[in-house]
Amino acid sequence: MEKILSMVFIFIFVENFVLQRFFGICPFLGVSRKMETATGMGMAVIFVMAIATLVTWLVQIYILDPFGLQYLQVVTFILIIAGLVQMVETVLRKISPTLYQGLGIFLPLITTNCAVLAVALLAVRQGFNLVESLVFAIAAAVGFTMALLIMAGIRERLELADTPGPMRGSAITLITAGILSLAFMGFKGMLTL
Amino acid sequence: MNLYLQDFSKGILKENPIFRQLLGCCPTLAVTTLAVNGLGMGLAATAVLVCSNVVISSLRRFIPERIRIPCYIVVIATFVTVIDMLLKAFQPGLYNALGVFVPLIVVNCIILGRAEAFAGKRPVIRSLFDGLGMGLGFTLALLIISTIREIAGQGSFFGIQLFGAAFEPMQLFAAPSGAFIVMGLLLALTNIIYKRFSIE
Repeated sequence: MEKILSMVFIFIFVENFVLQRFFGICPFLGVSRKMETATGMGMAVIFVMAIATLVTWLVQIYILDPFGLQYLQVVTFILIIAGLVQMVETVLRKISPTLYQGLGIFLPLITTNCAVLAVALLAVRQGFNLVESLVFAIAAAVGFTMALLIMAGIRERLELADTPGPMRGSAITLITAGILSLAFMGFKGMLTL
Repeated sequence: MNLYLQDFSKGILKENPIFRQLLGCCPTLAVTTLAVNGLGMGLAATAVLVCSNVVISSLRRFIPERIRIPCYIVVIATFVTVIDMLLKAFQPGLYNALGVFVPLIVVNCIILGRAEAFAGKRPVIRSLFDGLGMGLGFTLALLIISTIREIAGQGSFFGIQLFGAAFEPMQLFAAPSGAFIVMGLLLALTNIIYKRFSIE
């Protein structure tokens, strides 16, 4: 229990996926312009990451490892993620049209979100068991969402600020992210796994 | 010949994947603490990009339109696995330094982006030059960022100490936040340069 709780804290704050580990920078820069889209993307990522890690973990332990197919890991994982995203999209459209309305456009983007593949790979590499992998995936996704939301809040204000010409757009966004990351460095060393 | 040169050069300057298109940022920020890692990552991604561009371009008549993205991903993932194994066997130091970012080349937006925007529709030789140009543009950007970060953060260049023992390295540049800040400033700088010389 202690390990699970410390994992939650570590992967949300200490080793924040976006600001400390650099996974999922593209969506972090791409959809953090508005609070609404950031929320939608965050929820979609939490959803997909949890399911994807669960499935890839099971495939690794029960199919790839026993048959000595570890070299197919990358190909299998990325196809599972791509397939899962497609499936989640189809199922969601049937079961919950309102949720689909909210998450729909973000789902296809998640296939190329490196954070999802990174979580799946790292869960296996770190030798986590099923529960730990799931906790790891959810905590990492919550950390991602939190960073995305903080960034969206800042960028909404940044729109109104008078930034110098060449800094406008992505340059100032990256520097803001740098300062944000500096703040998160304060958590460093508080807990280690 | 001119056409090939154009395909090659646009990736380096006009449409540089990092500075102009802001694609493939995750490895750019993560592995650039040392110049060696930046160069290694850039070359590994270039190798995958060139191979995948050539294969996808030569298969473009056989890949059905509707399932092209999964097809592209399988081709890319195959080459990533090859590079992963080669690095593990011949460059174990670099392999360990890059860590999980080697398999993550598969989700690098540049590679899928070039397959979708260029290689899927154009002849093989042109795709080869496009892949080479884009890959080298990516490598160049990585090399610039990692050089700045290594000199400021470690006081060395490709592992060679540049300053005496009195040099106090700036930890900020080696830390994750330094990556964001260096890249943000470089983007602003390239904006100024491109505007000044009106490269578009």
